[in-house]
Amino acid sequence: MNFDSDMLMAGGGLNGLTLAIALRSAGFAVTIVDPQPVETRSSQDFDGRSYALSIGSQRVLHALGLWSDLAAKAQPILEIKVTDGRAGEGPSPLMLTFDHAEIEEGPMGFMVEDRHLRPLLLDAVKDAGLSHLAGKKVGDQVPDASGVTSQISTRKKLRTRVLVGCDGKTSSVAARAGIKRTGWKYGQTALVAAISHEKPNNGIAHQFFMPSGPLAILPLTGNRCSIVWTENHTKAAEIQALDDEEYINELRPRFGSFLGDISLAGARFTFPLELSIANSFVAERIALVGDAAHAVHPIAGQGLNAGLKDVAALAEVLTDAQRRGEDIGRSDVLERYQQWRRFDAMTLGIATDGFNRLFSNDNPLIRGLRDLGLGAVNSMPGLRRGFIREAAGLTGDLPRLAQGRPL
Amino acid sequence: MAQVNTIDQGEIEKFQAMAAEWWDPNGKFKPLHMLNPCRLDYITAQIAAEFDRDLTEPLPFEGLRILDIGCGGGLLSEPMARLGASVVGADAAERNIPVAKVHAEEQGLTIDYRHTTAEALVQEGEQFDAILNMEVVEHVADPLAYLTACHDLLKPGGLMVCSTINRNPKSFAMAIVGAEYVMRWLPKGTHEWSKFITPDELFELIRNAGLDPVDRKGFVFNPVTWSWRISDRDLSVNYVTASIRPKN
Repeated sequence: MNFDSDMLMAGGGLNGLTLAIALRSAGFAVTIVDPQPVETRSSQDFDGRSYALSIGSQRVLHALGLWSDLAAKAQPILEIKVTDGRAGEGPSPLMLTFDHAEIEEGPMGFMVEDRHLRPLLLDAVKDAGLSHLAGKKVGDQVPDASGVTSQISTRKKLRTRVLVGCDGKTSSVAARAGIKRTGWKYGQTALVAAISHEKPNNGIAHQFFMPSGPLAILPLTGNRCSIVWTENHTKAAEIQALDDEEYINELRPRFGSFLGDISLAGARFTFPLELSIANSFVAERIALVGDAAHAVHPIAGQGLNAGLKDVAALAEVLTDAQRRGEDIGRSDVLERYQQWRRFDAMTLGIATDGFNRLFSNDNPLIRGLRDLGLGAVNSMPGLRRGFIREAAGLTGDLPRLAQGRPL
Repeated sequence: MAQVNTIDQGEIEKFQAMAAEWWDPNGKFKPLHMLNPCRLDYITAQIAAEFDRDLTEPLPFEGLRILDIGCGGGLLSEPMARLGASVVGADAAERNIPVAKVHAEEQGLTIDYRHTTAEALVQEGEQFDAILNMEVVEHVADPLAYLTACHDLLKPGGLMVCSTINRNPKSFAMAIVGAEYVMRWLPKGTHEWSKFITPDELFELIRNAGLDPVDRKGFVFNPVTWSWRISDRDLSVNYVTASIRPKN
């Protein structure tokens, strides 16, 4: 009947680490099992990966005491400009601008680099004295009347009250629990890289909608930015195969010259785009968070933000249940988490999917209509503020952590 | 647990099946499971306030002796035990006792379940820091005698949390027509409307039993979100009270 700890995190990515820290702050004993060795998780060099944190996500980190160390290294996003464009043609005259001055919460979000965020979370896990088993994975899981036993290696088993699958869009925790997934592939790949540029970016993010897919330019500190450049699979593979100079030559006409000359500032990554939503976010004594629950098209940069909303909601549901004396792994407790998050995640998936279909299109009629749409949104301050607040993660029934409050 | 072990295996399996039924969140007792978080929020907050306990600490109710009257399958006894209290679960229905025992054992919890009544516990000289008296008073023959027994079972300074159903056309529609006939949440005949008690009547009964009523709140069902919440003002159907046995 005894438990090795209260929760087991299967997966030690950003969501798993943050959830472990959150649950620890509420008094739970947590074990993290991470298939990646720690060394590859905490490399100090800039590898080109960065995240657009919504205000909601920033508040989660703040509530967990993690933001103060990150603040100086983060680039506030002060403005977002959305433009319909065609490679080599520059932006169309109808443009949509979201300015943080329109909402009272300050910047619309923050760009943080993986090399800063990940070690911060790993250090916090260490400081909290959490058991972190790196280079190990959960091989099997058997739920019972009061807990779940997970097989860690041939000899090691861990019994916990809840098992959390934070093991990505191919979640084996979900697969073993018999949870099927719904989704489709887009035939598109996101090329991700960090770029140095001559002129200051002034904290302005740009989203250019190209016929082949969107190009997002997200401001980093010190005359650098992160790009998320979407092309169809074939074209993306061709571009990724180019050497660095040819890669920049391919990017330059899309990027434009508004920031002066550009060059690569880190490694290049590719991510095939797909929508994959778990048909259930919970099973007996099991909960899924992040991509394990919902991998969405990264068009709006909301993947990590949606994951951190899961983290905040699940941590709150489990903490409240614990303080009531409830059996925290029972299906009716975990169902509260699913009810809180599933609708929101589905909406995000459908919205980003629709956005992508609308904008990854060269049909002149659709181009004309969406230009009118962008212009219309731009001329309506109320609607524009609504979009800003949504993107900043300030809408909906917010968990305490996403309001910057402790659990 | 000794009693369970003297029962044969076939009986234990039957009790396990009944426990599974009691504890199925979508089964026969679904309305109780839906209401339970709300009830627990109220109960834990009242106990924490009365005995100066911090619910964010582990085992906040350690050292407290709690009686759960009408414990059924143990829906309130188990949470109290998990929070560290020493719990006696009492039920006048004999068949509930082994069912509750089997489930607590599965959960690794130690709870003293007894087939007994409040009056019998008084005879035995039992005393408690807190009594959970939830959805019972509307079923007893003599509410004043019953509440007087509850008073006697409390240590001076002890707390009783008592919930029941109001008596008005709305509560008739909700509790009897709605819950028993339309939703079929509860077996028909579970409630007898004339036995329902208004909050003022209950406060009067509690005072006459020698207790000081200190708080009352409503439990309100929202059919849109399909969930319950605690209300300061709406006591029109389900409501809950807290009262204290005076120290002298």
